[in-house]
Amino acid sequence: MSTNEWPLWEVFIRSKQGLNHKHVGSLRAPDATLALENARDVYTRRSEGISIWVVESAHIHATDIDEADAFFEPSDTKIYRHPTFYEVPDGVKHM
Amino acid sequence: MQQPALFEYVLRIADDSLILGQRLGEWCGHGPILEEDIAMTNIALDLIGQSISLYDFAAELEGTGKNHDQLAYLRYENEYKNILLVEQPNGDFAMTILRQFFFDAFRLPFYEALMKSPVAQLAAVAAKSVKETRYHLKHTSEWVIRMGDGTDESHQRAQDAIDHLWRYTNELFYENEVDQTLQAEGKVPALSAIRTQWLSTVTNVLSEATLQIPTNDWKFDGGREGRHSEHMGYILSDLQYMQRAYPNMEW
Repeated sequence: MSTNEWPLWEVFIRSKQGLNHKHVGSLRAPDATLALENARDVYTRRSEGISIWVVESAHIHATDIDEADAFFEPSDTKIYRHPTFYEVPDGVKHM
Repeated sequence: MQQPALFEYVLRIADDSLILGQRLGEWCGHGPILEEDIAMTNIALDLIGQSISLYDFAAELEGTGKNHDQLAYLRYENEYKNILLVEQPNGDFAMTILRQFFFDAFRLPFYEALMKSPVAQLAAVAAKSVKETRYHLKHTSEWVIRMGDGTDESHQRAQDAIDHLWRYTNELFYENEVDQTLQAEGKVPALSAIRTQWLSTVTNVLSEATLQIPTNDWKFDGGREGRHSEHMGYILSDLQYMQRAYPNMEW
């Protein structure tokens, strides 16, 4: 990758009050102010958001794909962690 | 026509928006980066949207049953009343951004004042457009500061753009009997007060950008009277091609 390129930023958008910011994509920008403006122009053209976060991609720490088994597989066998063993009493709605 | 001065006044605002929108639209697919390409076309679409509402109102005032497309696409060059600034070529990115910055710095206080107009249609267009314009000015100001206070090359390109465009900025405040009539009726703001706000914005941003305001006060005008620069005909031939080649076409 060329070192002349602007840094990459990850964009998170809150679609409405009460919801979480959600990752929507990434873009390039020279600094945080323009990253927010670029995010506004690229990702909220169709009223997708009321709030934007941007963070430089370099600041994100991610799990290693090679360690995915150790990280995630153990939980696959713990079915008792899911609330599926309760009998739902008659008359309870919206479960 | 019931109110010829008001018709003329509405056309001016609409034509400024349409021609600048058309100019900015030329960047579509050619922007320096994808993000800025979209930013510029967003601004172009805001401007063209503003012109549609204004042409609708102008058509209503004219009272000959035309629609906004006929006003936008089927007039001769000398019937367009936009200022010369908006028809100037895009040049490099600095030229485009400085042209837009000078325009936005005028449009924001202009719309803020126009929101108080007793002419309901003008006040409504101004109220809708003022938010769009506030963002345009923020965006272009950020770029002017970054180019001016950036590298030697970006600083020079920004300063060259200022030196070239400065002669067109005086026309933003052009007034004639149309303005005098409407101002006497209390319908539109005086541009002298807006000029003070414009100069304050321009001075602040250029100062932060370490760029100089030219001392040369050579000025161009004529656009408001329908006398345009050599660039206007080319813009209109692009803009009007479809309606001239296929009259009354819609899609």
